[in-house]
Amino acid sequence: MWKTILRRLMIMVPEVIILSVLVFLLAKAMPGDPFTGSINPKADPAQIKHLMEINGLNDPWYQQYWNWVVHLFHGNLGNSYQYQEPVTRLIEGRAGNTMWLAFFTMVLTYAFALPLGVYAGRHEGKLPDTIIRFYTYVTFCIPVFVILVLGIWIFGYVLGWFPTTGSVSSDAQTWAQTVGSRFYHILLPSLLGALFGTVNIVQYLRSEVIDAKHSDYVRTARSKGVPSKDIYRHHIFRNSLLPIAAFAGYSITGLLNGSIFTETVFSYPGMGLLFVNSISYRDYTVITALVLIYGILNLVGTLLSDIILSIVDPRVRIE
Amino acid sequence: METESNFLNIKDVSTAFKIDGQFYDAISHIDLQVQHDEILAIVGESGCGKSTLATTIMGLHDPEETKISGEIDFEGTDLLKLDDDGYNKFRGAKIGMIFQDPLSALNPLKRIEDQISEVMDYHTTLTKAEKHARVLELLDEVGIVNPQRTAHQFPHELSGGMRQRVVIAIAIACKPDLIIADEPTTALDVTIQAQILDVLRDIQKENHAGIILITHDLGVVAETADRVAVMYAGQIVEQGTAEQIFNTPEHPYTRSLLRSMPQRDNEGDDLYVIKGNVPSLQKMPSAGDRFAPRIPWVPASAHEADPVMHEIAPGHEVRCTCYKTFQFPDQKKGSVTV
Repeated sequence: MWKTILRRLMIMVPEVIILSVLVFLLAKAMPGDPFTGSINPKADPAQIKHLMEINGLNDPWYQQYWNWVVHLFHGNLGNSYQYQEPVTRLIEGRAGNTMWLAFFTMVLTYAFALPLGVYAGRHEGKLPDTIIRFYTYVTFCIPVFVILVLGIWIFGYVLGWFPTTGSVSSDAQTWAQTVGSRFYHILLPSLLGALFGTVNIVQYLRSEVIDAKHSDYVRTARSKGVPSKDIYRHHIFRNSLLPIAAFAGYSITGLLNGSIFTETVFSYPGMGLLFVNSISYRDYTVITALVLIYGILNLVGTLLSDIILSIVDPRVRIE
Repeated sequence: METESNFLNIKDVSTAFKIDGQFYDAISHIDLQVQHDEILAIVGESGCGKSTLATTIMGLHDPEETKISGEIDFEGTDLLKLDDDGYNKFRGAKIGMIFQDPLSALNPLKRIEDQISEVMDYHTTLTKAEKHARVLELLDEVGIVNPQRTAHQFPHELSGGMRQRVVIAIAIACKPDLIIADEPTTALDVTIQAQILDVLRDIQKENHAGIILITHDLGVVAETADRVAVMYAGQIVEQGTAEQIFNTPEHPYTRSLLRSMPQRDNEGDDLYVIKGNVPSLQKMPSAGDRFAPRIPWVPASAHEADPVMHEIAPGHEVRCTCYKTFQFPDQKKGSVTV
């Protein structure tokens, strides 16, 4: 199995290189130059030309790319135009918030989705299954932001159970108060995110359970005289959870991307909100850095999926 | 055929499937007996109800989607009166089943050893070590060369023939009195087929089991069966000893089947083909001889209105009276096609 993982890791190297080239070229293709807006609009075009020259912006693209990569390895992603501070420091402050939000959303998503999907598949066609399917269809049809706004209105405004903005209350003093406040702030966005995230997993798991129920190996198990509940425990559940488990790694990155909506609606200071703000202010250095980070996270997510799959499914191990 | 040694008595069994809210018979009014130490072959073309009969005996049908009537007397117990828990005491323990497709019959995520010992978990009180020893013994019995190694492998690491051997090992793990083999060799190539049939015969001799061998391969039947029941459109149309069926077949369907078998002495001739198809469940005629539409040259008067089985020799039964006058319309154009 270590071989599989090692091989998979090696495949990632060219993937990351290609990704970084693409991100760099896309950034280059964006209109405007780095000085427009940050220097006097009446500045002499000749002077701008000179600035371009000394900053290496007239070099061939591969040389510029090389310089960019060298800076990357020194942890230098450039300065944000909007905030006038290093991009790394901007992201550092927000990455944690996003990670926690994604983590809680994922825990809640699976906590809802697994029992619902299995139950619906097991009792296919019965009333509870119909209700669960109705819930998934309705939720699937409603846009995420509508669910988020409705959630804020009902739980945050009408009922007043949860805070609706920010990541921590300003009057939290002690360490315990801060942790508690952070958790309190994360609860509603992750609950609403989970409400939305369960849909796909429930539907997928339900059809997996139904497939497994009618599979030949389950028929073999029944012909062995294995009681129904043991067939579910030993054969159906494990086999239908397999693709779900494999999907888990990838869904982490899905959650990071999904957090763009949640963070915007909740004004939750994470990477998603920073991304949206940077786009509206054309903060190119931040956008480039975030696209690169999201891209690498996606690659890591698929890597995780492959590793999980090779652990749970004996068929994909390389001996 | 009511003799003392019949341990399985299938009496007037019909199985109906629900299609669009209505029930249609897949097998109707089946009467069969199986004795210890015999191989009963059930033959017929695809869709005639062979596998439905097997899964009915095993009780593998969803009670909400099927209606089963009649009586299956297994060593004094009517299986059809049992609930699921009661049935589980028979499945695996006293009745073992070998399935058609060894590629999908095994759980892809479990080691071979676990899949074989699972059947012993429910029907024996053996300890872990005893079960392990029995697994190795079984794998050896079904002709696996390196049982120790195979026990630790996953199904995808085995060839089709090896997987079928494992499926057989599961079926015989608890020394059942009855083994139902549903097309056990269909998915395998010819040399493996012969080996698997040998394994089945050896097991039967050792355990004194009765085997129901379901197949559409008459070659397999000729090689292994003691008795043969020929099924057509959900009914048994003829049954008798293997000699009776192969040497003096009487029912038009049996004769057509045998004629459509390639033979060495008529090499070069066109192969006989039975025209038409088995009617679908919804289109099954409610009365009359179900095979009549496929032998249209036989006059209607030759058929019975409600065909029943006639005993024409000890142990040899044929459905409908049309066999008395049946002739192949040989050399007539249109009846012999490629």
